[in-house]
Amino acid sequence: MTPARDPRGRKRTRGSLGERAVLLALAAAAIISILITVGIVVVLVSEGATFFTDVPIGEFFTGTEWFPVEGKYGVLPLLNASIVIALIAALVAVPLGLGSAIYLSEYAPERLRRVVKPVLEVLAGMPTIVLGFFALDAVTPALQKIIPGLGLYNALAAGIVVGLLITPLISSLSEDSMRAVPNAMREGAFGLGATRRVVSLRVVVPAALSGIVASIVLAISRAIGETMAVTLAAGTVPNLSWNPLEGMQTITAYIVQVSKGEATRGSLQYESIFAVGLLLFVVTLAINIVAVRIVRRYRTVYQ
Amino acid sequence: MTTDVDAETNAPIQISVAAGSSAQAGSAATATPAGNPPIFRMQDLGVWYGSHQAVRGVTMDVPRNAITALIGPSGCGKSTTLRCLNRMNDLVPGARVEGTIMFGDENLLSSDVDPVDLRGRIGMVFQKPNPFPKSIRDNIEFGMKVNGIKPTPERVEQALRDAALWDEVKDRLKEEAFSLSGGQQQRLCIARAIAVEPEVILMDEPCSALDPIATLAIEELMRKLAERFTLVVVTHNMQQAARVSDQVAFMTVEGSDEGERCGVLAEVGTTRQIFSAPSDPRTEAYITGRVG
Repeated sequence: MTPARDPRGRKRTRGSLGERAVLLALAAAAIISILITVGIVVVLVSEGATFFTDVPIGEFFTGTEWFPVEGKYGVLPLLNASIVIALIAALVAVPLGLGSAIYLSEYAPERLRRVVKPVLEVLAGMPTIVLGFFALDAVTPALQKIIPGLGLYNALAAGIVVGLLITPLISSLSEDSMRAVPNAMREGAFGLGATRRVVSLRVVVPAALSGIVASIVLAISRAIGETMAVTLAAGTVPNLSWNPLEGMQTITAYIVQVSKGEATRGSLQYESIFAVGLLLFVVTLAINIVAVRIVRRYRTVYQ
Repeated sequence: MTTDVDAETNAPIQISVAAGSSAQAGSAATATPAGNPPIFRMQDLGVWYGSHQAVRGVTMDVPRNAITALIGPSGCGKSTTLRCLNRMNDLVPGARVEGTIMFGDENLLSSDVDPVDLRGRIGMVFQKPNPFPKSIRDNIEFGMKVNGIKPTPERVEQALRDAALWDEVKDRLKEEAFSLSGGQQQRLCIARAIAVEPEVILMDEPCSALDPIATLAIEELMRKLAERFTLVVVTHNMQQAARVSDQVAFMTVEGSDEGERCGVLAEVGTTRQIFSAPSDPRTEAYITGRVG
């Protein structure tokens, strides 16, 4: 066989030491990150499995009381709290995020957009414990003025700050997908005598819908996984309720509480955090898979 | 009169011959090379993008119910000029348009004119087919709704018939517009424009993304549409201009003192005159293929 040659006819120097070292280092980096993920899943599953030898899975998923001291391990109150807070967060973040995405993509002058977008993205990087303080110190007191008798810990304030946290995620990803809509499509609509409002809402948003929906789904997944803000703001009392004015404990808040040393290692309560952790992992994984599917299935390919 | 904005052209004999050959010379108020009264009267039109002047000094009439072709080399400002007619340049940040364009008895460049209303009266078809990611029917109905026309099935059918597309899509109106071929998509875009019942349809190189057969279909359609609408068509296809248009405006590029290049109108005349006896040497060079 003749050695491979590059287009200019030189003999290709294949497998020089430097090339190999770089290749190995990069491959190692990729493999390590995969191994770590696999390791986390293995730990979650094995520890969770130990838990489920003591608590039947059926009881875990249908029990309406989470009271480890009395051996009551019904996960519904925790799951419900995570869902309630994520839904409140979505109610806050979807209008805010979509509104700002439409504004930035379709209305804002280019110079303003270049300033505002990074600022919004910084908000996404805000330490969530700071948002927890914000909920306790600012949001709840403000809400208490409107809603008398609102407790210090409540799902509403937690949902609102988580909503603020995920707003940039929605606005940034939605804006990206709206700007990916070809300008020719906007011009087509303008050329028919459409106003900017009609062009934005009837042409650009539908054309970018897959990206917008995916951004919302991802944001909800982020909201369900959010920990510190909800631990601080919603409290640590498991409470199966749809009333956002009550305090409730999310899956993540429970894990924080137990990890902070309330339970001894190896106890059933300690193992329970792996069970709920596994549940959280499965829920967010499922949501992320849905988001990816949405993007793949409904993505309109613009040439 | 035959417009001559080109200060460098100092060939009086040639001009007078050309003016004579386009029989309407001198009776500017009512007549154009195509013989119909003008629907647009552009006077000293100039377009700036930021500090760069893209087009200057365009003065010409566009006859009603005829096809006017804008031809010329790349960068000569044909599309820019076309986009002044429905104020599309308003959408370009930093764009500025000067001069006047009388449309009927109003200057459509005036700030009193609402570009949204104007675009309902002056439709546009673009270089690449740009249907919306909606069904075929929704594509037609979109413009109707925007302009307050009730989107009845009869009107949708009529628009598609007028665009010579009905027979090909009548059984699949609910399908995505993207499922159509390129030529069909472009006819859908024409149908979409017709459905709004405009007075004028602007076409910006409507066939440049199409194969020769689809191009022929669009050209036949253009001739038919000229009976009801005024068409202004930008094309870089000389044969197309010769085949379909009644009037031809030849634009070209001139360098300025600062070395900036700016589009100007070299000459305008009937299609026959431009292609058989152009008065501007640059036109002749271009249409005979020596330049561009």
